Amino acid sequence: MSTFAKKLLIVCLDRDLTLPIYDVIIIGGGIVGTSIARELSRYKLNIAILEKEAEPAFGVSKSNSGIIHPGTQNPPSSLKGRLCVQGNILTRKIARELGVDLQETGELIVAFSEEEAGRLEAIKKNAVLLGVPGLKIVGRSWLKVNEPNLSPEAIAALYAPTAGIISPYRMVYALSENAAKNDVGIYTLTEVKQIQRPKAIFEVVTTKGMFQTKYLINAAGLFADRISQMAGIDDFKIMPRKGEEFLLDKKREHLSNHLLFPLPSATSKGILVIKTADGNPMIGPTAEDTDDNEDTATSDEGFKKVLLAARRMIPSISEADIIAYFAGLRPVAGDDFIIRHEDKVPGFINVAGIQSPGLTAAPAIALMVAGILKEQGLAFKKKLLFHGRRQKSVHLFALTFSKTSKLIKKDASYGDIVCRCEMVSAKEVKDAIRRGASTMDGIKFRTRAQAGRCHGSFCTTRIMKILAEEKNKALTAVTKKGSGSEIVKGETRS
Amino acid sequence: MIKRDLVIVGGGPAGMAAAISAHENGSKDILLLERDQYLGGILNQCIHTGFGLEYFKEVLTGPEYASRFIEKIKDIPNIEVSLKSFVVKLTTGKELTFLKPGCLTQVRAKAIIMATGCREKTREMVHIAGFRPAGIFSAGLAQKLINIEGLLPGKEVVIVGSGDIGLIMARRFRLEGASVKAVIEIKKTSRGLIRNVAQCIEDFDIPFYLSHKITKIYGKDRVEKVSVSRVDDAFNAILGSEFDIACDTVLISVGLIPENELLEMTRGASVPGLFVCGNSLKVYDVVDSVTKDSIEAGRVAAEYLKGL
Repeated sequence: MSTFAKKLLIVCLDRDLTLPIYDVIIIGGGIVGTSIARELSRYKLNIAILEKEAEPAFGVSKSNSGIIHPGTQNPPSSLKGRLCVQGNILTRKIARELGVDLQETGELIVAFSEEEAGRLEAIKKNAVLLGVPGLKIVGRSWLKVNEPNLSPEAIAALYAPTAGIISPYRMVYALSENAAKNDVGIYTLTEVKQIQRPKAIFEVVTTKGMFQTKYLINAAGLFADRISQMAGIDDFKIMPRKGEEFLLDKKREHLSNHLLFPLPSATSKGILVIKTADGNPMIGPTAEDTDDNEDTATSDEGFKKVLLAARRMIPSISEADIIAYFAGLRPVAGDDFIIRHEDKVPGFINVAGIQSPGLTAAPAIALMVAGILKEQGLAFKKKLLFHGRRQKSVHLFALTFSKTSKLIKKDASYGDIVCRCEMVSAKEVKDAIRRGASTMDGIKFRTRAQAGRCHGSFCTTRIMKILAEEKNKALTAVTKKGSGSEIVKGETRS
Repeated sequence: MIKRDLVIVGGGPAGMAAAISAHENGSKDILLLERDQYLGGILNQCIHTGFGLEYFKEVLTGPEYASRFIEKIKDIPNIEVSLKSFVVKLTTGKELTFLKPGCLTQVRAKAIIMATGCREKTREMVHIAGFRPAGIFSAGLAQKLINIEGLLPGKEVVIVGSGDIGLIMARRFRLEGASVKAVIEIKKTSRGLIRNVAQCIEDFDIPFYLSHKITKIYGKDRVEKVSVSRVDDAFNAILGSEFDIACDTVLISVGLIPENELLEMTRGASVPGLFVCGNSLKVYDVVDSVTKDSIEAGRVAAEYLKGL
């Protein structure tokens, strides 16, 4: 090799000139990262999401309660309060465009004493300042008619009609599918290890190699402080706050008509009785600070605490109604969201500390981030063709029999029921895989198969087979949530 | 809407015995709905012996026991078997809706026998705290993975509860070369059959902890260990008695509960001509008793039809 060729090779190794330079890279494929990606994908920009887990939504978003908050519980001057009220409106539009069901349930903040009832006025006043519509304070007789299972101890409540529920992970999948359709590159199992900025371009070193980008957005949830440090900004810390949630049997679907909140405390909205997009009521969450941002263990104390608090709201809730529980971590960084361009590292935008009401605020956060990028000189030119809509995925459990019957006639495998508890067909499982699910949890989050009262006892083997077949891999390679979580350890002797 | 004299929901030992018995007692128009792709229910994954001692006075495996009934049903043209048929609705008017690949069917029956079996209690129902990694199985799922699919769920196993399936699976794992680190039972005595304790646990020197419980499961991707404590009479963990067991798998075998979600759709109404038998009525210890009682259910249903 000539000296010149050697020199050239060294230059190329030093900085791979064949690598594309993205306009925007977003670190984190949760509700925040995918909302930003989908918003930016309207424009002629080269965009990628880097996600360290096997699938999007596997971090903070997977354990979100799914509440679309009206904005009643934030200080009027807060950023999150403003983004929540704005996001509440935007989420409805996006959910319609992407075929994600949003149920308008309304919420009640319930007072159990005269003192608490007095505090409702202050909450209402703050919410009105933020622009939350339709609020009213209701008394005993209203509650008796509209929320018959509520404890007779409840004396008044603040009613906010714009509260709703949505499936948080299905929203993330809808956003990431739609972003991908609009040419956003989504790289899973891609963990960021190092960030350099030798010239005006960021070099993001990951477990899947190097990525280069002009603008870098940190939406890394529980790991946002570490990513920010890598980029050279070390002025906040993520303090994970654990929340344990308990899911009730779908049989108790009509336990409550609204989302039920107690009066909020300084650190949390308290223990709620809510509905979920799939029909199962949910009680929780707890709020415990932890220093381990992977500590998603549930506890006996959490269980007792939640059950006690939920029964205070709805006395008929029984221990036997609980079919599942899990813990999630809120990425807390002080009292408010941190959304800002870091002038010390031009082109680097932190979107951190997005705890509640992050799911609701996400589309407003995306618009705010787009605005920051514009200010920082990124050129926004609309694409000629933006695919704004997404084909809604089918969930038999939400359909009438006549619709189900029509579907089965069109495709026989809608009649091939895989998950008995949640009524999920082989076709829905295959569709989930074709839309991007690559793990058993990914299928569960998208379809609810394995999430019912038997916890996958009956359907796990069948779903493993469908996944192995669709992905053309061995049954032994099927994982719960990515490498290291293989369902089985091998084959039997015989 | 199609019409049938007798519809039986469930093609396990209870449903099959009821169908044969109803036919023997004069029913000529029987539809047997089974959600799986074969008859026999859970017997198909029970490849150990011990079935049929009472009813056939023989020692049979689960599949052998089931096949005696499957063969008989094949020879009875008046029993129509519909496989992969999943019932989604039952009304007090004795109308059933079921899905199968290719169609949704509604059927009105003069009589119905529900033989929908039971399911295993889950980790969630006994509130075991901790993480939720891969490697936590109901004993029955582990049995299906090994015996039907030829897959080994894990290599270092801790079993929670001493239900019969758990005990049998302890032996099954040992025969597959896996290590069974412990069976943990919260009660003072085993809840499984004495013969299973002797043949599956004692004969293999498997550590058996009575009056103990798992207090926490650890592991982020895959199970890594469990914490175990001795318990007092109120099943509370005794302080200071805690120890850890390293393992990659936790089997849950804490009992069975009747699966009656369809029946619940009738909201407890008394529906003449609607019968229940087998494990969906109550959880039996041995299948021979299920057969005996389900034969009676088939006979009673046939009598009911005659009286219409």
